[in-house]
Amino acid sequence: MTTALASSAHITTRYLRAFLRQPYYIAGTLVQPVIWLLLFGQLFKRVVEIPGFTAGSYIAFLTPGIVVMSAMLSTGWSGTSYVIDMERGVMNRFLVSPVRRGALIGGELVYQASMVLLQSLIILGLGFLAGARFNGGIASIIILLVGTMLLGTAFASLSNALALILRKQESVIAANVTLVLPLTFLSSTFLPVSLMPPWMQHFARFNPVNWAVEVGRQTLSGSIDWSLVGSHLAGLLALTLVCAWLSARAFRAYQRSV
Amino acid sequence: MTIQPAASPGAAPVLLSQPVVEVVTLVKTYPGNIQALKGVSFSVGSGTVFALLGPNGAGKSTIVKILTTLSRPSAGRASIAGRDVVREQQRVRRMIGLVAQKSAVDLEATAAENLTLQGQLYGMSGAELRQRVASLLERFGLTDARKRIARTLSGGMQRKLDVAMGLIHQPQVLFLDEPTTGLDPEARADMWREIARLAREDGLTVVLTTHYLEEADHLAQHVAIIDHGQIVVEGTPEGLKAELRGDAIQVELVEIPPEAGIRAALASLDNMLHEVAIDGRNLRARVDSGASALPALLAALDAAAIRAATATVARPSLDDVYLRHTGRAYAEANHKEAIR
Repeated sequence: MTTALASSAHITTRYLRAFLRQPYYIAGTLVQPVIWLLLFGQLFKRVVEIPGFTAGSYIAFLTPGIVVMSAMLSTGWSGTSYVIDMERGVMNRFLVSPVRRGALIGGELVYQASMVLLQSLIILGLGFLAGARFNGGIASIIILLVGTMLLGTAFASLSNALALILRKQESVIAANVTLVLPLTFLSSTFLPVSLMPPWMQHFARFNPVNWAVEVGRQTLSGSIDWSLVGSHLAGLLALTLVCAWLSARAFRAYQRSV
Repeated sequence: MTIQPAASPGAAPVLLSQPVVEVVTLVKTYPGNIQALKGVSFSVGSGTVFALLGPNGAGKSTIVKILTTLSRPSAGRASIAGRDVVREQQRVRRMIGLVAQKSAVDLEATAAENLTLQGQLYGMSGAELRQRVASLLERFGLTDARKRIARTLSGGMQRKLDVAMGLIHQPQVLFLDEPTTGLDPEARADMWREIARLAREDGLTVVLTTHYLEEADHLAQHVAIIDHGQIVVEGTPEGLKAELRGDAIQVELVEIPPEAGIRAALASLDNMLHEVAIDGRNLRARVDSGASALPALLAALDAAAIRAATATVARPSLDDVYLRHTGRAYAEANHKEAIR
């Protein structure tokens, strides 16, 4: 167990080191969120005037949603580094060593989660500069970050599983693009669920992206709705575990095909 | 209950006479009923270089994948130092090193980082690991390049780094899958020196796959020629060549003649020529004495108005061994497999 954790840490270090050599990479992943934040923040400024909209400022409403959306956009690329490792033969080199498969999977997910954390903090800062204020305090921000990292880890696992099965960069990226936008628009990222058509409201209830956004919205209110936070975070954790299990299965399928 | 001698649990008791690698009727069938291996058996003695020689697609890499636990056999069994490669995977993994066909260097990390992570995957750490990394960098002439990102290293240097990574945990058996494919002649000569040194000085058992005849001839004490998933012949390079009688004659003709025409022209030389093979414009045969047979052969061709462009006489080579056992010239087989 301790060796598995140590191996996992070494794998995380490998990715972090590559990232630190090209830190501007994160700027690339931030371009989209910034555009969404500033563009939609301006465009929909007056939607807060719609009856039924409880938030006072649209930018404050939007920022947690963009944090969640950005986590999906960046972790959806996770599988592409698997594809590179498979093409390069790095993956097989790891598989020939006695390192645990769980450590290979876990080490990469820890890296993805830390990237989500860094990215989320930057977006929160940008939202603050654009005028968003978070009344929920530090506790609500931590909850937002935890929910986002869970969703990001689930998404990264899914991306890795796809990479192991499809083994093509293009397929992994296409799957990411296909999933992120619909899931985002079927959540309360841009509008509260109460303003959606009934069928969408129904879908949103079972949309993990919506769980993460609603958990993140606790940053708006003065008091945290702990029962909502608890159930949604539990749902996200379950999703993350299922996706990690799927990627472990995909790993086995990959090895059988070698 | 049997009484067993007290032994450290990690070390397998290896007798000197026992082969280190044992492969018994290995079969591998891929989905779609593609038979990559059709019952391959061989064994490799401790501290020797063993070469699996064959054209691309013959099944060499499949054997290496099974022996290194990457892939499972469909039937048959294989063991490393007495440990079964399927049932005792973790033990086997600690005893073997693999240098795969494609370079497996992490291009975004430095040479030293590549080696260090590789050591960590085998549970090494601290001063022991640092020392091992430094000595391998030194040994492979990479000390000055240790802080360079692998992407900036030459192909030959990346290949050396691959070999160094395969050795980090001091394995008993090193698998080299096509170690010099794609290297320039200078880097290849360099790599050959290293491989020879591994067995000679380090007492390592080396299993090498190659589609270069000279490579097997130059490096291996023992060669198995593999073709279409089967070992067609096995032995020492000298022994295999000695089995062939006499010299090889090769005549390149100006144009491709009808085969029947040639056969007719050579009918009178039947008792002099053995193993006549016609392959495009190339006519090959084996003779007891090249010097006396060649003039007669050329005269016979001339009499039948078949013009020869070049003629060579050579002592037997592994190329001839391959031709003899598969009925095809090696270069031809390799080319056909490559474009398939």
